[in-house]
Amino acid sequence: MTVLTLKSQPRALLEAEAIRPENLDRRPAAEIARLMVAHGNEPALLGDFFDVAGDGSLEIVLNGDLSRVKNIAARMTQGKVVVNGHAGTHLGAEMQGGEIHVFGNAGDCAGAEMTGGKIHIHGDAGHALGGALRGSRRGMRRGLILVEGSAGNETGAMMRRGLIVIKGNAGDFTGLAMIAGSIIVFGKLGLRPGAGLVRGTIVTFRPAELLPGYRYDCRYQPDFLKMIFRDLKDHELAVPENCMSACFHRYSGDFNRLGKGEILIHDQR
Amino acid sequence: MGKHINGVEIEDTFAEAFGMWGARILITAINGKWAREAAVRMTGFATSVIGCGCEAGIESELEQTPDGRPGVSALLFAPSKEALANHLVNRIGQCVLTCPTTACFNGLQAEEQVSGGGQLRFFGDSFQISKVIGGRRYWRIPVMEGEFLVEEKFGVQRAIGGGNILILGSDLPATLRAAELAVEAMQRVPGVILPFPGGIVRSGSKVGSRYKFLKASTNDAYCPSLRSLVSSALPEEVNSVMEIVIDGLDVPAIEQATRVGIQAACIDGIRRIAAGNYGGNLGKYKFHLHKVLEEGTPR
Repeated sequence: MTVLTLKSQPRALLEAEAIRPENLDRRPAAEIARLMVAHGNEPALLGDFFDVAGDGSLEIVLNGDLSRVKNIAARMTQGKVVVNGHAGTHLGAEMQGGEIHVFGNAGDCAGAEMTGGKIHIHGDAGHALGGALRGSRRGMRRGLILVEGSAGNETGAMMRRGLIVIKGNAGDFTGLAMIAGSIIVFGKLGLRPGAGLVRGTIVTFRPAELLPGYRYDCRYQPDFLKMIFRDLKDHELAVPENCMSACFHRYSGDFNRLGKGEILIHDQR
Repeated sequence: MGKHINGVEIEDTFAEAFGMWGARILITAINGKWAREAAVRMTGFATSVIGCGCEAGIESELEQTPDGRPGVSALLFAPSKEALANHLVNRIGQCVLTCPTTACFNGLQAEEQVSGGGQLRFFGDSFQISKVIGGRRYWRIPVMEGEFLVEEKFGVQRAIGGGNILILGSDLPATLRAAELAVEAMQRVPGVILPFPGGIVRSGSKVGSRYKFLKASTNDAYCPSLRSLVSSALPEEVNSVMEIVIDGLDVPAIEQATRVGIQAACIDGIRRIAAGNYGGNLGKYKFHLHKVLEEGTPR
């Protein structure tokens, strides 16, 4: 296990793409400390900001408030990263495999364009969770993002596949221009959920105000949700027991686009 | 010295079985009644590959299912992977998809897979939706009742069909009772099915016929009413014979079913337990009754 403990808070954003398991694996601690990072627009060494303990392995533990550290575990393909504190923007962006656990909040663009693996954020997530990076046309493509708290705006924007689960509330434009995949929000959806939805599923357990591009279909109990809820228990995300027998109102949309997406709103009766 | 259990002779012979391909299909529904209903329909008219093209049966009722609802496990066997894929899609499509409240899942983790929901999804006429849950792809097919959920791929593996025992009794009631007890014991063995009605065959067959157009005909050597007309295999005092055919996913499963079946069938009124074979020239697998029983004996 490699333990990196923040020893001095960066004054500017610290771009630390170097912090990913396959990059640290089998490197001695001294070598890890010499890995390059970008402090604002200045090159710097990882060791300038972190104490490094243990030789490199596929399991990394990060300690401290890393909200100014960008790109933690971005593009990681394997292993495990645990952040004991807050994480900065682009946590696990474009990741392909492995696991990230954040025992704090995560900044914007966490899991953006990820193609595999799992991110479990025990606090809140920022904007564009699992979304597309600026200028890109596709967001998250596979994988799983779990958020125990709430998430910001544009969660799952343009996502193509995968599952995002938010136990708290989600901000505005959840599932913006989503192509496929699933977003489950146990709390409240913000304004204009599913705007421009092509395909894909947005589920909420609270009443939601939908755009005019949505039409009511029916009230029913979709079996696939039971399977997802059971799967979430395997990922140690506690879901309310009544989920398994919950009924939902199904709305199809967004008819401004293909209209083959759906928003499922929990029937409170 | 021959082998006996409870005074019943176990003939020193073997059951001759054939290579097949097998799949396990899990069916769930709103309650056990509807899960069983779908499974019964799906495994209907599937007693013998000779006349039905496939063999199928209910393996067990399930306590744990992928969606947490009551469920039933069924096994389906066919002579080739292609034939199995074909029967699987047809039977799920006609008997499970159509049955109220059901969902259908793969129950066999195998290297080789065939398309199940991947074919059935077209019934959704482009309104079907795919979901990947826990790394496995499922199809949600809209139907009038709601939605049919089916797994995209089903595992298939090489399996065995045609394991069997013959129960030779002094009269029909005793033979039927012995066969029922054997079936009850064999049905508790995981990985096997007994594809015939109630697990029992009263009309065992031999290969070929005096009629050129027929591939199989009555097993005259074991028909009590033909004792004086053919070269009979029946000992004195045997007046009824019943067969139990066993299909299984692997050799140990068939051996275990054979073992518990023989042990359960050795009751008063039964004279001999035998097995059907073709001289060892046709089937790849041979289940020697004495050997199977010895392997199950605690040492």
